[in-house]
Amino acid sequence: MAELTYREAIARGIAQEMRRDESVLFLGEDVGAAGGVFKGTVGLFEEFGPVRVRDTPISEQAILGAAMGAAMTGLRPIAEIMFADFFAVCWDIVANEIAKSRYMTNGQMSFPLVIRSGNGGGLRFGAQHSQSVENWAMMIPGLKVVVPSSPRDVIGLMAAAVRDDDPVVFLESKALYPTKGEVPDGEIVDALGTAAVLRHGSDATIATLGLMVPRALAAAEELAAGGIDCTVIDVRSLIPLDTQTILRETSATGRLFTVEENPRVLGWGAEVASIVAEEAFFDLDGPVVRITTPHIPLPAADALEDMALPSVERIATTIHKAMNS
Amino acid sequence: MTTTEASPVHDVDFKLELYRSQVALRRFESRAYDLFLENYVKGTSHLSIGQEAIAAGVAAAMRPDDWTFATYRGHAHTLARGVAMTPVFAELMGRANGLMAGKGGSMHLTSVEHGVMGSYAIIGAHLPIACGAAWSAQYRGTDQVAVAFFGDGTVNIGAFHEALNFAAIWKLPVVFICENNLYMEYTRTSEVTAVAHPAADRAVAYGLEPILVDGNDADAVYEIARTAIERARAGGGPSLIEAETYRHGGHSRADPGKYRPDEEVALWKSAERDPVSRYRTRLLELGVEEATLVRIEADVDAEVDAATEAAKAGAAPGEDLLMKDVWANGGAEWRN
Ligand SMILES: Cc1ncc(C[n+]2csc(CCOP(=O)(O)OP(=O)(O)O)c2C)c(N)n1
Ligand SMILES: [Mg+2]
Repeated sequence: MAELTYREAIARGIAQEMRRDESVLFLGEDVGAAGGVFKGTVGLFEEFGPVRVRDTPISEQAILGAAMGAAMTGLRPIAEIMFADFFAVCWDIVANEIAKSRYMTNGQMSFPLVIRSGNGGGLRFGAQHSQSVENWAMMIPGLKVVVPSSPRDVIGLMAAAVRDDDPVVFLESKALYPTKGEVPDGEIVDALGTAAVLRHGSDATIATLGLMVPRALAAAEELAAGGIDCTVIDVRSLIPLDTQTILRETSATGRLFTVEENPRVLGWGAEVASIVAEEAFFDLDGPVVRITTPHIPLPAADALEDMALPSVERIATTIHKAMNS
Repeated sequence: MTTTEASPVHDVDFKLELYRSQVALRRFESRAYDLFLENYVKGTSHLSIGQEAIAAGVAAAMRPDDWTFATYRGHAHTLARGVAMTPVFAELMGRANGLMAGKGGSMHLTSVEHGVMGSYAIIGAHLPIACGAAWSAQYRGTDQVAVAFFGDGTVNIGAFHEALNFAAIWKLPVVFICENNLYMEYTRTSEVTAVAHPAADRAVAYGLEPILVDGNDADAVYEIARTAIERARAGGGPSLIEAETYRHGGHSRADPGKYRPDEEVALWKSAERDPVSRYRTRLLELGVEEATLVRIEADVDAEVDAATEAAKAGAAPGEDLLMKDVWANGGAEWRN
């Protein structure tokens, strides 16, 4: 057991897979000797050298095109898109090419690749460096999408993503980079498509993801002090989605709250809410409530950004109100 | 700027094969057009009539394990790598016996076993993807080369420039072939392009030699492609080739191409410019018997007829295919 930061876990997860499998390569902007702009990949260049850890020009389409071409010819590349906002300049390669080519070719090709990216707000970077884009990726058929919330999950889900034969969009919550967590020694391999129940309660169920996980847990503690006992599910994987865990835990408490960092409209919780409405309606004791960022571009000022993202206080108050109405 | 002359030295059997290949592409495409008008081919289709020398000439210079990355105008490039006509016709017709069982359609022809690594319908997207395949060959030391075909209009999209720079800095074994047929869909590329030669004039920006070739001369195309491919194979890095050509017909479907001057169309369709007629004349001048050429043409016609019937005989794809192969496990499940 060792204590690692979320940031350190990224390099450890990638290194674990690169040591095991020569076909795993890593490419992106400033990822080599510089170790990444978030210092998430420090040490990889030193250990694996410039052939397997490659700096690229500022060419997001070329980065992802290269990953796709390498994957279709037998390699297992990991590509970094520095900020998830930059997906907007290479979304063709993600949504039209990588996601669809297996289906369109009647299964002639596979794309075992990982696209990792710094996602979400909390760092006061403003609207073009803070978006939470997990729902963009989730709505494209052919992409798997994971969002780890702890150092241990970063390593385990990275390993699962690299070993998976399908393309995985791996979104790291930027604001979690400095956070710490216990990580067991040795190899860690997790499974895609599995949610984790982090807290058991009897009154309400909270489904959440990424940066919102620690906030939901803190809110659950506050609520418990006031007599509302919550289950907290870390959804972890949006595609595949572990709906069985969500349905089971929702039915057990009779209430579901989603806590989402993405802007409101068609955020991932909308899909979860609709599944619960269709499949667990008669177990519900009240409406499903979504707690999200409003449908606005994220503002830069700390005061405003803090109002926009779901806070511990907003989560606790919203749930408290809903449970007492 | 270099203009490469046709290579004088090819043996006649090689040339006959190159002729056969061009005739096959021409007659396949003519039939595909008929099938579109008869509503057997639905949706869309983009023909290479008039541009056959490029697909045929380049394919002749490729090793079986080299990779082709084509566009929506990719029937010719797919067939030229040895893919049979029946599955291509059937794919155009949306049949279960299609190359991708009807799941891709005319714009996405793919046959991995023939090195046809996809046909791409978003302008320019496959250029960086070809770089990735080339990177893979470089990393694994397999000597394979990736070849990407694209049009003159494609040099104005960002992906082209990202791919060229990327290939140059990593010295990737990739050959970029711009088929300059002078038009995008309905607009002359020169009206919206800052340079006269859309690809060749950009080469220096990526540290590459400008290469212009007569794209309607299969021998010249073959020679230039062979040089570029062997250079890439030997570790010499990428090349950018601009092959000047013309499409006899419209952009797609039943487009009559009325935005082009009649004299221009007539010139490019003339026996002196048309790649198939020119090649036929060249063979006759080399002393090949007319009867030999007629036999090749008759064989191709028979192949096209048989493939048309075999494709038409295919069933519509069944429901079993609908939810198949989104994922590598063969399925489409996204939740438990
Ligand atoms: C990104 C993108 N923009 C526009 C189109 C629509 N489109 C399809 S073909 C085409 C013309 C391409 O011209 P060129 O590159 O010269 O190729 P050609 O069709 O002449 O072979 C256009 C604009 C597209 N498919 N993708
Ligand atoms: Mg054109």
